[in-house]
Amino acid sequence: MTIAAYAFWLFSICVITGGFFTVISRNPVHSVLWLILAFLSSAGLFVLLGAEFVAMLLIIVYVGAVAVLFLFVVMMLDVDFAELKAGMAQYLPLSLMIGAILLMQLGMVFGPWEFSDTAQSLRAAPTPTDTHNTAALGLILYDQYFLLFQLSGLILLVAMIGAIVLTLRHRKDVKRQNVLEQMWRDPADAMELKDVKPGQGL
Amino acid sequence: MIQADLNIILPEILLALFAMLALVAVVYTGKDKMAPMLTWLTAGVFAILAVWIGVSGDGDNIAFNGMFHDDAFSRFAKVAMLLAGAAVLVMGADYMKRRNMLRFEYPILVALAMVGMMVMVSAGDLMALYMGLELQSLSLYVVATLRRDGVKSTEAGMKYFLLGALSSGLLLYGSSLVYGFAGTTTFAGIIEAVSHGHAPLGLLFGLTFVISGLAFKVSAVPFHMWTPDVYEGAPTPITAFFATAPKLAAMGLFARVLFDAFGGVIGDWQQIIALLSVLSMFLGAVAAIGQTNIKRLMAYSSIAHMGYALMGLAAGTALGVEAMLVYMAIYVTMNVGTFAFILSMEKDGQPVTDIASLNLYSKQASGRALALLFLLFSLAGVPPFLGFFGKLNVLLAAMDAGLAWLAIAGVVASVIGAFYYLRIVYFMYFGEEGDTLDAPRSMVQQVMLMASAAIMLLGIVNFFGVDTAAQAAAAALMPH
Repeated sequence: MTIAAYAFWLFSICVITGGFFTVISRNPVHSVLWLILAFLSSAGLFVLLGAEFVAMLLIIVYVGAVAVLFLFVVMMLDVDFAELKAGMAQYLPLSLMIGAILLMQLGMVFGPWEFSDTAQSLRAAPTPTDTHNTAALGLILYDQYFLLFQLSGLILLVAMIGAIVLTLRHRKDVKRQNVLEQMWRDPADAMELKDVKPGQGL
Repeated sequence: MIQADLNIILPEILLALFAMLALVAVVYTGKDKMAPMLTWLTAGVFAILAVWIGVSGDGDNIAFNGMFHDDAFSRFAKVAMLLAGAAVLVMGADYMKRRNMLRFEYPILVALAMVGMMVMVSAGDLMALYMGLELQSLSLYVVATLRRDGVKSTEAGMKYFLLGALSSGLLLYGSSLVYGFAGTTTFAGIIEAVSHGHAPLGLLFGLTFVISGLAFKVSAVPFHMWTPDVYEGAPTPITAFFATAPKLAAMGLFARVLFDAFGGVIGDWQQIIALLSVLSMFLGAVAAIGQTNIKRLMAYSSIAHMGYALMGLAAGTALGVEAMLVYMAIYVTMNVGTFAFILSMEKDGQPVTDIASLNLYSKQASGRALALLFLLFSLAGVPPFLGFFGKLNVLLAAMDAGLAWLAIAGVVASVIGAFYYLRIVYFMYFGEEGDTLDAPRSMVQQVMLMASAAIMLLGIVNFFGVDTAAQAAAAALMPH
C-alpha cells in the first residue's frame, strides 16, 4: 500500500467516525467538534483526489465559518437538547430497523453496480491536466454552468429576503439614534451663551 | 452563442429582473405602503408574460447545452402557472391588506418562486431541475411563514421547510445514483444511456429516489403528510397560491423527468406512479370526510386530485400526458374559484374556515351559493361540469394504456370523494339555521368566483382550446 492509500483509509475512517459521533454525542458542543473533524477529514479526501481548491474551500467556509457559527448558536441559544432528544429512545428501534433495511438495499444496489456503456466518456474529467484547478472550476462555473450559477444567486437572494422578512422587527418602544439629526444639530439652537458675572448666580 | 441562449430564456430573465428592481425600488421608497400597488403590478407582469409566451413562443428551443428546454410543453405549463399566479395575487391582496399581512416582500417572493417554477418546467438537466425546485421551494417556505407571529403559520412554515429539505435530500441522492450510472446529468444523455439496454438496479434505485422527492412536492400519498397542516396554517391567500401554480409546476417537472430522461423505461416507473396515484385518490377521498375546516378539506381534495393527474402520467402515453395537462388546467381554475370564495368567508370581519358556517348560505346569497355549487360539483366530477371531463380524459387514457384496474379504482375513489363536496352543498341548501356570514367585500374575489364557475359550465363546449394546446404540449414531450 502506498502512502496515499493509507491516507485514504485514515481520512475515510475519520469522516465516518466524526459523522457517527456528531449524531450520537450527548453534548451539542461535542457534536459540533466532531462535525469539524468530519469536515477536515473530507478536505483531506479532496486533496487526495487532486481537488485542492475544493479542499481549501471546505476548510475556510465550512470549518472556518459554518461550524464556528454552529458553535455560537449552540452555546448562545438556550435550547434544552436533553428534552429534544427525549423522544429519540422511543423511535430508535423503528428508525434502526428502517436504517438497516435501507443499508441492505443499498448493498444490493452497489454490489452488482453497472455503468452505462457511455458513462466513462461522458463523465467530466476530475482533474484537467492543462489548466490549474481553480481556473478549471471557474471555466465550468461561468461558462458551461452559467445558468445554474445565476440561479444559485437568485436562491441566495431569496434566502436573504426570507431571513429579513422572518426576523426583522421595527420596535416602536425603543429610542433610536439618528446620526444625521445629531450631526445637523445647530449650535445656535442647542446652546445659549450666558455671560455670568463673578459673584452672581443666574 | 450566449446571445441565442439568453434570448430563449428571456421571459425568466425579465421576471427575475423585475423582482430585483421592484425590491430595490420599494425598499428605498414606501416599503409596505407600496405593497398593494406592487401586488397588482406583479400580477400585471405575470399576465403580460403569459400572453407573450403564449403568443410568440414557437418551436423547440434548447439552451445552455441542453439544460433549458423551451418547447410547447413548457410553454403550456408556464402560461397556466403565470395566469394562476396573477389571479391568486390579485384576489388575495385585499384579504392580506385588511389583516396587516400584506408586506412588500410577498409579491416579490411570489415572483421569484414563479421564476423557479418556470425553470422547473423547462429543466433539461438534473441540476437545473434542482435549482428551479429550490428557488421555488425556498420562496414558498418563507411566504408560508409570512404571518410570523401566528403559531399555526410558523408551524406550517417549519413543517414545510423540514419535510421539503428531506425531500430535496432524497431527490439529490437519487440524482447522484442516476449520474453514477449514466455519467451525465442531462436528460438527453440519460435517456440515451438508458436506451442502450435494460435498466440496471442502480438506475432504478436512483429513479425511485427521484420520484419520491418529486412526490413530496406534488403531495402524493405516502408523501402527503405536510399538506393539510401547511394548507391550514398558512394565510389563506398563500394557501390558494400553494394549491395552484406550484402544483402545476411540480406536475410538469414530474412529466418532464419521467418522459425526457426515463422515457425508455416506462414499464419500470409505471407501477410506482400507478401506486402513488391509487393511494392518493383513496386517501384524499376518505380522509377528507371527517374534516370540518374547509382549508384542510381542500388540502385532502388536492391530494386526491394529484392522484388523478398522476393517473394520466402512469398511462405513459401522449394521450395520458395530454389528459394530465388538461386535468391540471381545470384543477387550477376550480381552485382559483373555490379559494376566491374561501377568502371571502368572514364573520364580523374575521375569517372563518368552518364549513358549518355555510349553513343555509343559499338563502343569504343565492348567486354565490350557486357559483360555489358549480365549482364543488366540478371538483367532485359530476357531469356536465368541466371537472367531469377532466376526470373522464384521465380515465380513458389509463384504460387506453391497459391500466383498467387503475381506472376502476379512480371511479370508485371519485364516488367516495363526491360525498364531502356534496356535504358542503347540503349545508348550503338544506342546512340548519345558524349564524350568517358577512356580505362579501372584495369585488375581485367576486369576479374570480363567478368567472371560474362560469368556465366550469361554458368550458365544456370547446375547452377554450386548452385541449389542442395540451395535445401539442404532450407531443413535444414524447421521444421523437
